Amino acid sequence: MAFKIKVNGKTRTADVDPDMPLLWVLRDELDVKGPKFGCGAGLCGACTVHLDGKAVRSCQTPISAVGAKSVTTIEGLAAVSPAGRKLQAAWIAVDVPQCGYCQAGQIMQAADLLAAKPKPTDADINSAMKGNICRCATYTRIRHAIKVAAGLATA
Amino acid sequence: MAFDHIEEASRRTFLKVSAAAGGGMLMTFSVPMTAEAATAADSGPNDLTLNAYVKIAPSGKITIMAKNPECGQGIKTMLPMLIAEELDVDWADINIQQSPVDATKYGSQVAGGSFATPTHWVPIRQVGAAGKQMFVTAAAQTWSCPEGECRATLSKVEHMPTGRKLDYGKLAAKACSLPPPDLKTVVLKDAKDYRIIGKWTTGVDNQKLVTGQKLFGIDVVVPGMKYAVYEKCAVFGGKVKSANVDDIKKLKGVTDCFVVEGQSTDLMGLAPGVAIVGDNWWVINKARENLKIEWDEIGKGDQSSEKFAATAKTLAPKTPANSIRKDGDSAAALKGAAKTVEAYYSYPFLSHANLEPQNCTAHFKDGKMEMWAPSQNPQPGKTLVAKTLGMPEADVTVHLTRMGGGFGRRLMNEYMVEAAWISRVVKAPVKLVWNRADDMAHDPYRPGGFHAFKGGVDAKGNLVALEDHFISYGEGDKYLSAANMTNGEFPARFVKDLTFGSTNMPGGMPTGPMRAPTSNAMSFVFQSFLDEMAHAGGRDPLEFRLEILNRPMIPNPPPPARPGGAPGGGGPGFGGPGFVPERMIGVLQLVAEKSDWKNRDKLPKGRGKGIASYFSHQGYFAEVVDASVDKEGQITVHKVWVVGDVGGQIINPSGAENQVQGSAIDGISQALYGEITFDKGRTVQSNFHDYPLLRMNEAPETEVHFLLSKNSPTGLGEPALPPVIPALCNAIFQATGKRIRSLPIKPEMLTA
Repeated sequence: MAFKIKVNGKTRTADVDPDMPLLWVLRDELDVKGPKFGCGAGLCGACTVHLDGKAVRSCQTPISAVGAKSVTTIEGLAAVSPAGRKLQAAWIAVDVPQCGYCQAGQIMQAADLLAAKPKPTDADINSAMKGNICRCATYTRIRHAIKVAAGLATA
Repeated sequence: MAFDHIEEASRRTFLKVSAAAGGGMLMTFSVPMTAEAATAADSGPNDLTLNAYVKIAPSGKITIMAKNPECGQGIKTMLPMLIAEELDVDWADINIQQSPVDATKYGSQVAGGSFATPTHWVPIRQVGAAGKQMFVTAAAQTWSCPEGECRATLSKVEHMPTGRKLDYGKLAAKACSLPPPDLKTVVLKDAKDYRIIGKWTTGVDNQKLVTGQKLFGIDVVVPGMKYAVYEKCAVFGGKVKSANVDDIKKLKGVTDCFVVEGQSTDLMGLAPGVAIVGDNWWVINKARENLKIEWDEIGKGDQSSEKFAATAKTLAPKTPANSIRKDGDSAAALKGAAKTVEAYYSYPFLSHANLEPQNCTAHFKDGKMEMWAPSQNPQPGKTLVAKTLGMPEADVTVHLTRMGGGFGRRLMNEYMVEAAWISRVVKAPVKLVWNRADDMAHDPYRPGGFHAFKGGVDAKGNLVALEDHFISYGEGDKYLSAANMTNGEFPARFVKDLTFGSTNMPGGMPTGPMRAPTSNAMSFVFQSFLDEMAHAGGRDPLEFRLEILNRPMIPNPPPPARPGGAPGGGGPGFGGPGFVPERMIGVLQLVAEKSDWKNRDKLPKGRGKGIASYFSHQGYFAEVVDASVDKEGQITVHKVWVVGDVGGQIINPSGAENQVQGSAIDGISQALYGEITFDKGRTVQSNFHDYPLLRMNEAPETEVHFLLSKNSPTGLGEPALPPVIPALCNAIFQATGKRIRSLPIKPEMLTA
């Protein structure tokens, strides 16, 4: 079945099974590799993208549920999200990544947080970010980078 | 690989300088990683031993080839920092490229064992300094002046009397015609003059990572590429009796399905299984639901964690089958002790759980194999592919990709041989991607183990006798990979009546090194039991340890003739040789000071601090954990203080702190959650719901300090992890009076 979806501002088409999760449409059909496969079960957050600005797990979002909503991935975040740009800069300045595999998902989740709560508390950060696993356990720096992006701390 | 040889290796570094293709200067050099390699290269420099390079283009741009795989340990940033410092160039001018896998060109290319820092510290800087010296010579010749009138800084040579300057790029053509100086004679910078070493330096791939560029193995795309999944028997090494491959082939999106006979003896080789190939990974992974495979479970279908635990319990009181260490007469010392304690400890198998599932892309074409592999240890992978497919190794090309986590998992390369085999069958480029359940079910697990301890203290409460009967996995005195124990486990060498022995149970599961192999388990049992002994003797746990460390050391016996374990498995050497008690005393005292150890009794009820220390990978770490336990047995880890002595210079403070914070939280995650169990010969856990990893809301604050000692820098990927686990368990004892003798820590252990 042919689907038309808007990805990072461009209309893209994919002829796939309606059940196919957005993650695999993005990765294998459209060559958008920023969203990562970690668990395939909504448990790790590595696949996080935005649907109309809200963070979703793309491995749990069937293509048929996307409809006219705009899909934003880490590749397109800077173009549409001032908070996203600040987060990316903070991630580099704080030197958050170790292996880096989860970090695109972490940044997408954090951008959703800052859009809703521009000055998040530690409790806000915990509650927004606890669905995103970092196997290298860079949590200390993720928290710090979010605060830097929010203007609550300096790198 | 003993550390005694590292200095030796640094004296055998060779440098060759030539003109670079397209202009500029090319410096190629060798850094022998092992004593064996150093000896082999002793006859003199040749192209075969030159394993890394630096190129200085006429434009002044500098390219440094990063030869070692990057899995998050920061090597791709750290090694170039060393060269750039001594070459004296601007860090901003550096471009870093990942080298391909080629033993003949690059020598050892491994991410494991925390060896990269100690082995490269001197030789890589010498190479940089030699390059700088050559630019000075070239400039002096150009100006017909004595070299003493010239100085080099930030990619320029300056003629001091006149202030004239020449860029390295402009001097490159002349410099590369000069003979390189003897590396032994080059002068290294004084630490006070460092511009790059010791400065907070962010990861070279950060920009790409935060914008989602394709860096990882799973991101590789080759034109015409197919996707593959590979279903293996849940019972390790089980064989395929029959499979409905014809039914699967008919499914939409499936282009091929076939049985791979494989073999059952090497669980990290090509195991038997069924491959499904298609154009979209999700489609073929879904097609697996329709697979009907009859397996031959090769007699291993009844293994279970429960049975292993029961067997271990019956073995524990018996005489150990193998002797690991025997000093004095521990039985007599126990009899004479003022107080004795017996305790039985256990820890589970663990999965590495790399967030990027195992994957590999392979392209078999015209008799040659080209591969893109996220591997920590790609050279043996190349050998495995060549051997299994019956090809000359020269026909296998391997490109390194960034890895979504290593932790030792990717020292093994079975995903490489699986991808290679499938590509050759389907005659197309193939990207094999495991799903999470595959990854959890087929890991070279950190082996579980059991320890029956007996200890005795004298009337003063000092440790005078220790016995450990270690029940592990293997056959006779041959341990499964990373299931061994060294003869130097602390407090060995400090207790004159001490006996370590082991008995192995046959185990049919794959095992292998995981971050701080053996140490990650031994630290828990030994540092927890020491805490028990301190309490039995009525002593402060810190003072108890310091008293032991202040005793004269007993020499280590020679290593056993047949040491167990696999490469990277932490054979003899991790616990013993090179240990300097004063360094451990230093980190213990500093962590006590930073964590306000002496006032720990003032914490509220249900909250406690615990201390532990461990020496591994040449790093000395002491850690204090502050934790509380509520009525339901729920644990909150408030804070971890870490003090490490990894020598006199922290090369990249950012990378160093990140590694240590991650190690500490990784260790807490293991202690609270990590548990792989087996039932009916299979791994029970399948994803992060039943194999949880610690999350943001549970991550404690971590305070990291480095105690700078007058020693060469050593690695940081591993040694900060082992002590945090017993420090947490000891904190829980302080908080609740309940001793944790089995991991992971479960709330029910704390409510009963």
